[in-house]
Amino acid sequence: MEKLIIEKSNGARGVIFNGVKDVSSLLDKKHLRKQEPNLPQVSEFDVVRHFTNLSRLNFCLDTHFYPLGSCTMKYNPKSYDVLCSLENFSCLHPLTPATNAQGTLELIYKFEELLKGITGLSSWTLQPSAGAHGEFTGALIAKTYHKKDKNRTEIIVPDTAHGTNPATAAMCGFKVVNIKSNAHGRVDLEELKKVLGPKTAMVMLTLPNTAGLFERDILEISKLVHAAGALLYMDGANLNALIGLVKPVDMGVDIMHINLHKTLAAPHGGGGPGAGAVGVRKGLEELLPLGRVLFDGQKYTLLTKSKKSIGQVKSFWGNIAIVIRAYAYLRQFDGKTLGNIARNAVLNANYVRVKLKNYFPAFFDEVCMHECVLTIAKDMPNLKALYVAKRLLDLGYHAPTIYFPLIVPQALMVEPTETESKQTLDGFIEAMKQIFEEAKKDISMLEHAPHKTEIGVIDEVLAAREPNLKW
Amino acid sequence: MFDASSKETKAAMLKEIGIENIEELFKDIPSNLKQAKFNLPAALDEQDLTKYIKALAAKNKPLLNFAGAGIYEHFIPAAVNALSTRGEFLTAYTPYQAQASQGTLQAIYEYQSSICALFDMEVSNASHYDGATALAESVYAACQIKGINKVLISAGLNPQYKQVLKTYFNGTREIKFEEVSLKEGTLDLQDLKNKLQTPSAAFVLATPNFFGCLEESEEISKLVHVNNALLISVVNPISLGILETPGSYDSDFAVAEGQCLGNAMNFGGPGLGIFTCKKQYVRYMPGRLCGITKDDKGNRCFVLTLQAREQHIRRERAASNICSNQALCALNALIYLSLLGPKGLKEVALLNLEKAHNLAKEISQVKGFSLAYQKPFFNEFVVNCPIPAKQVINKLAKKGILAGVDLGQVDKSLKNSLLVCITETKTQADIERFISCLRGI
Repeated sequence: MEKLIIEKSNGARGVIFNGVKDVSSLLDKKHLRKQEPNLPQVSEFDVVRHFTNLSRLNFCLDTHFYPLGSCTMKYNPKSYDVLCSLENFSCLHPLTPATNAQGTLELIYKFEELLKGITGLSSWTLQPSAGAHGEFTGALIAKTYHKKDKNRTEIIVPDTAHGTNPATAAMCGFKVVNIKSNAHGRVDLEELKKVLGPKTAMVMLTLPNTAGLFERDILEISKLVHAAGALLYMDGANLNALIGLVKPVDMGVDIMHINLHKTLAAPHGGGGPGAGAVGVRKGLEELLPLGRVLFDGQKYTLLTKSKKSIGQVKSFWGNIAIVIRAYAYLRQFDGKTLGNIARNAVLNANYVRVKLKNYFPAFFDEVCMHECVLTIAKDMPNLKALYVAKRLLDLGYHAPTIYFPLIVPQALMVEPTETESKQTLDGFIEAMKQIFEEAKKDISMLEHAPHKTEIGVIDEVLAAREPNLKW
Repeated sequence: MFDASSKETKAAMLKEIGIENIEELFKDIPSNLKQAKFNLPAALDEQDLTKYIKALAAKNKPLLNFAGAGIYEHFIPAAVNALSTRGEFLTAYTPYQAQASQGTLQAIYEYQSSICALFDMEVSNASHYDGATALAESVYAACQIKGINKVLISAGLNPQYKQVLKTYFNGTREIKFEEVSLKEGTLDLQDLKNKLQTPSAAFVLATPNFFGCLEESEEISKLVHVNNALLISVVNPISLGILETPGSYDSDFAVAEGQCLGNAMNFGGPGLGIFTCKKQYVRYMPGRLCGITKDDKGNRCFVLTLQAREQHIRRERAASNICSNQALCALNALIYLSLLGPKGLKEVALLNLEKAHNLAKEISQVKGFSLAYQKPFFNEFVVNCPIPAKQVINKLAKKGILAGVDLGQVDKSLKNSLLVCITETKTQADIERFISCLRGI
């Protein structure tokens, strides 16, 4: 337990600026602040110790295995941290004339070339700040594409989709049509045919889907979608399973986003910032947001005006510091080795799945892609995914994603990623087995887990009933 | 890139799975899809990669910066990055597992608290993408609250923000925007009065506005509320070290670009979307919120709360689709505010105010240059130039100076107008260099 930093206020100063004159009389009193803000008054040392101590209350990738399904918590080499903070990158104002920003512009341009190479989609924007922001951009592109066909008011979303997909469609003014998966956790072609039609603007698919499975019928699906005059959107959050093996364009994808902070190695930062690059197939490039980099053979420039573009989805050109990391990462692979990301990620996931088969069976009993969705065995009715998750924290492992996807009861979604070794996976597997044994002996111990973390079972109801959101 | 397991280990793993060849794991993928060829440049090892990226960085030629317009250059104390780039913060995920994330959660709570203190507002979320997208979300919330799909915006709103509003709402949620014009650099209150006669969900005020001028916030707020609309304020967080706060003039929502609080410019991204509102509107708020609660031993602890607004619970009925936010940038802002405290923040603001007034005075004494408006300003102001601003920028760029922002890009009639910004980072010598270059034009 750490005190709040405001509770540590002792009248000290962290940063002092010399030579300050009280020039507030330059402004009329009515424009001035009446009371000083209630901010901490502490020394630099107090601040350093406070945040160092706070950091130690976290599990993180650098300290713990973090098998969060759908989140792709892979190791990000430290060199990228150094490279993205090079002063010539970080100290550049976004309205610096192109002549003085050639390095950054060249990097952005070359990154786009790499994205084309790995996906086959012909043009990219790096403006969106996150995956969901990329989806939003994609849905706006679909809206603009169908501008002359006012009847296309629906977006079809399978029940295995990320929550962001339906939320995105609604934000763009579309009606969301949910479709149920079949018994094999995949899009039910008959269900799809029923809802696909002249009202459909776009179908949003997560590939592989959130059950960790590849849509075997993808070619049939894209044929149906296109025959209906709709666009196929690929939520690329799970691209880690396919990178270097399959090009989305070959599957008939019209628009997709890649979470640069998942597949292309930027740390998650406790929730962000990410970046959600969006790519489109030929014919849709003019609709992309402004701020794309152009190259005339000699000089790189920014495209800031275009009549057909959907406009800007944020200020300026994108989360460039994240783009630099993602570019650095991709440059460490060539066309042959790129596929090893996916191969190793899929190998690790299947290893966990098979080794835990008799303890926590996969809900869909078949080969999975980069993640396996496990569940609680039927003969363990008292055990819950939540208990497993919390007990894992005691045993030194971050929990998997739980209760997602919604179609799997008591879901434990495990995504080891390619950067974990067999030893780490074996340790995790042993911990899961231990929990399984504990559940047989003493379920109430699990119910009250975690026991070893600094904080025990949390009263979430209290937090919501009497919200205390600031000091 | 490295392999986490040796060839032998991988073979052993395949054996455990019960297959011989790893390609068997990809049997679900139609074989014609697996014929793809990937044409990438040769792979670089860490040493070569470092050299290569450094060479790219060297192609940038940063200028002595007098541009603002939404992204500002401020001094960043070393402790900010030293702390926020600790692996425990940098490589953690969204704090869904509260027991494994008390550090991040407490930091979010402290961030929310610091922002509320700075803005005098009741609630802040855990962060949004940037100032412009935070504004778009607040506009949508206001329309939901009022049940009206029309919003008035100040003509002095940053044009990037206007663009983003247009992109967000044009043809999607059918929100209509109407601009309230400016008169001599600040809002024309008569025009505001007239336009408030027809029902609007909200008025978007920017102060300082895009042209650097301070608005009559108090009076504007009264006008807006008398006409039953909500007030959404867009402010510059650093200016709040001395300037009146959005809470003090009764803003219903206040949003801002928070990059200026301890985050580098990074060519414009990542930014930090600050999103605050009155308590009564918290359920319309997008994004994550962290609150205090207790554990079963009675210990104070922190947890993400009021999640029923969010996409992972509510799907198509969520307040917003936002998932990843700008957590690390928010952490930078928190550490920055903790280091400066109320006094340091006031000092920074005073330095900005003083330097801007010195620079403005010096520029207006250069032949052919004058200040465009006679209105109070903080650290940014418009200069009328004897030649197009674009030419001034090009000429000074050759001398290593970014003179400001060409307003001709925003409005052709302003082609001779230059938007100049100065912060505490510039010395008297920098000012003299700038002035002597302007004289040389």
